[in-house]
Amino acid sequence: MMPPAVRPHRQNRILLAALALALGGLLVGAPAAMAGAIFPESGGSPQADDISTLYKITLAVGVVIFLIVESTLIYSLVKYRARKGGPPAEQIHGNTRLEIGWTAGAAAIVVVIAAITFVYLDDIRNPPASDPDGLQVVGDFAAIDQAPPPGNRGLKIRVNGQQYLWRYDYPQENGRQLFSYYEMVVPIKTTVVLEITSSDVIHSWWIPKLGGKKDATPGHVNETWFKIDKPGVYVGQCAELCGDNHADMRAVVRAVPVAEYQAWAEQRRQDIEEAQRALAEQRRQREESQQ
Amino acid sequence: MTDQAIRTPVMARPRPEIVMHGLKPRPRGWLEWLTTTDHKKIGIMYLVATFFFFVVGGAEALLIRLQLSQADNTLIEPAAYNGLVTMHGTTMVFLFVVPVLAGFGNYMVPLMIGARDMAFPRLNALSFWLLLFAGIAFYASLFWTPPTAGWTMYAPLSDDAYLPDGGIDAWIFLIHLTGISSLIGAINFVATIHNMRAPGMSWGRMPLFIWAILIYSYLLILALPAVAAAATMLLTDRHFGTAFFDVTGGGDPLLWQHLFWFFGHPEVYIMVLPAFGMISEVLPVFARKPIFGYKAIAASTAAIAFLGLLVWAHHMFTTPTATVVLAIFMITSFAIGVPTGIKIFNWIATLWRGSIVFKTPLLFAVALPAQFVIGGISGIIVAIFPVDWQLHDTYFVIAHFHYTLFGGSVFGIFAALYYWFPKMTGRLMGEGLGKLSFWLMFIGFNMTFLVQHSAGLSGMPRRIYDYPESAGWEGYNLVSTIGAFLLGIGVLVTLVNVLRSLKHGKRAGNDPWKGNTLEWFVPSPPPENNFDVIPRVRSVEPMKDIRREVARNSQQAAGTVAQPVA
Repeated sequence: MMPPAVRPHRQNRILLAALALALGGLLVGAPAAMAGAIFPESGGSPQADDISTLYKITLAVGVVIFLIVESTLIYSLVKYRARKGGPPAEQIHGNTRLEIGWTAGAAAIVVVIAAITFVYLDDIRNPPASDPDGLQVVGDFAAIDQAPPPGNRGLKIRVNGQQYLWRYDYPQENGRQLFSYYEMVVPIKTTVVLEITSSDVIHSWWIPKLGGKKDATPGHVNETWFKIDKPGVYVGQCAELCGDNHADMRAVVRAVPVAEYQAWAEQRRQDIEEAQRALAEQRRQREESQQ
Repeated sequence: MTDQAIRTPVMARPRPEIVMHGLKPRPRGWLEWLTTTDHKKIGIMYLVATFFFFVVGGAEALLIRLQLSQADNTLIEPAAYNGLVTMHGTTMVFLFVVPVLAGFGNYMVPLMIGARDMAFPRLNALSFWLLLFAGIAFYASLFWTPPTAGWTMYAPLSDDAYLPDGGIDAWIFLIHLTGISSLIGAINFVATIHNMRAPGMSWGRMPLFIWAILIYSYLLILALPAVAAAATMLLTDRHFGTAFFDVTGGGDPLLWQHLFWFFGHPEVYIMVLPAFGMISEVLPVFARKPIFGYKAIAASTAAIAFLGLLVWAHHMFTTPTATVVLAIFMITSFAIGVPTGIKIFNWIATLWRGSIVFKTPLLFAVALPAQFVIGGISGIIVAIFPVDWQLHDTYFVIAHFHYTLFGGSVFGIFAALYYWFPKMTGRLMGEGLGKLSFWLMFIGFNMTFLVQHSAGLSGMPRRIYDYPESAGWEGYNLVSTIGAFLLGIGVLVTLVNVLRSLKHGKRAGNDPWKGNTLEWFVPSPPPENNFDVIPRVRSVEPMKDIRREVARNSQQAAGTVAQPVA
């Protein structure tokens, strides 16, 4: 009589394992279209892609645990519900071997997840080199914790959060200023390193498709990076409550070919110089009219 | 003496009489409630006040959900929205979850350990009145300017340069009043549990809810001073010219975050451990089985509390902080997954091979592990600091902590309400309304918060009053809002059930559930002195021993004398 009593259990277990495997496989191999619904946004920059991969691996582990816990729970609720003439409850107080087993199992799972995280960490944290056909700027990367891009080649942009606007300061060229607000224009195939700070309250810089968010904290400089392969527009918004209009504090990153970036930068520098000359002119006129 | 105690209910011995002279008559009516030091009356006042704040905080949540149900909605102004967000979070944490647990603790701790009251009854009354006035002081800000910096009150936004209005000060006032209330309440619990347990109730025979309340109290004592200090520093920054959090004066905004979360993360376990304790009482009673792995559950409660003190900076993964620090806090956060997992496995093992009776308390108790496991898994995901760079401050995190705090704590609190209501009032709650409430809350809760994971993954930050249609978040938000209203209706059904059952509920008797712990030994509601004779405790399930003893005695011929029980 034993086999028929055991078999359904084994079948359940096999079914469960198959289901878990299939779901895990589906999660890891799912198309990018699932991004947003069950995975973080990605596709703009390697950092976002690596974070998404790391997330997917953990989620797959999590789904297996979820299925094991919920199915055991539901199974025991259905199987062991009180029935007339049913078996009485078994007075079990515990089982040391079983308890040590699941403690070790839980510990093993988090150790594995930690190990996988450290495998991906360098690629997520440290910026890669710009492509040979990307913009080649030699900068001084006074990194606190994030390594500079190899060869110190990359575009460094200083990001400053202010209620409710982002300002971007590009490296000066021959003493000529280059800055912009709201929209950050960057060259493709170029590693862009951001140095993020704030001049009033705490804000948080975040363009989901390009990677993780970093707080803009007054008195501190935070760092992150991205590298975009194809021209495109990436949107994001402030992620730390910064006042009444926090929801209106948006940011846009527009990636363009290198030549187009250089043309934009040159035009922008000229516009800034033009505006500064006009300011001087206005001041003179105002002073003359006051005399 | 103790043998007599056990046989008291069957043998109906005359009660010892105490004769007193010159006793002042006790105040009646509302004055009785105002002056009481009875832990049961104080417990009931705690429960009534905190459930009132729960309804208020819930109404705020529904307004938030209404505003977010559509893209480009103009129902609520930005400042009012931030006010709602701040009031909702502050209310639920400081005026509902923490004190409602103190309320259940107040009522149940003396009964469960076989004591006649708390160690310091008048201090106990002070705890409650401080809490009530904290709530009143905080809500008074509605008539001026409510605080709008979020319940986390991050400096420098909360500094006078940016929010000079009194709302932030009302919040500081609330922190101090609820802080003192919780501190003296915690000291009271510690003194009571250490000193006033029934004869025979060694540490290894203490009910798991008592373990949870004891550790909850120690955590409060360790964590609250940090937020009290931080709130005081914020107060002097705002009004007396100091610059603890002001960069231009040599301070640092990160100091606020460290101090706040050094309190704030233990606070999370303060809010969930007693709920874990509650279902550790409910599950074995309705599975008709002893709790599986008593020692492991008690030890994992202590382990979670200890580790919970070492993880605060995982709320700060996106701040300018060295990677090695982030890695350390990731590892400690992972470590909490192990004792939490142990608890979940033990609860399921408690149901395994039981004979499960499906009453409403059991439904709420079983929903806790079923939902908490989702919050636990998403907790491991957000503990991976590079992944948190994407998820921090998004709706994914909102979903995560509501799965632990609502799916965990609040479902545990509702299990406790249905479980202990008959003890407190002498009447059972309606099973029909109870099950209706459970299913509405279960479906509503999961509908509200499951989709919020997706909203967060697709880039929706928290605390935004508005979003454009092009963001693609409208579908998630509409589902979430409908779910929130189902959840709200579910809570209302329980409130109706409470009010109805007070008058029309079935008489409960001493022990309607065949409970395991001493509170079921006394009449429902218990008399003011709780126990005429305090029974000797021989196991972790003293009521099982007493019932067995009663059964053995009743089988004997009347008038024969039982052998003394060793």
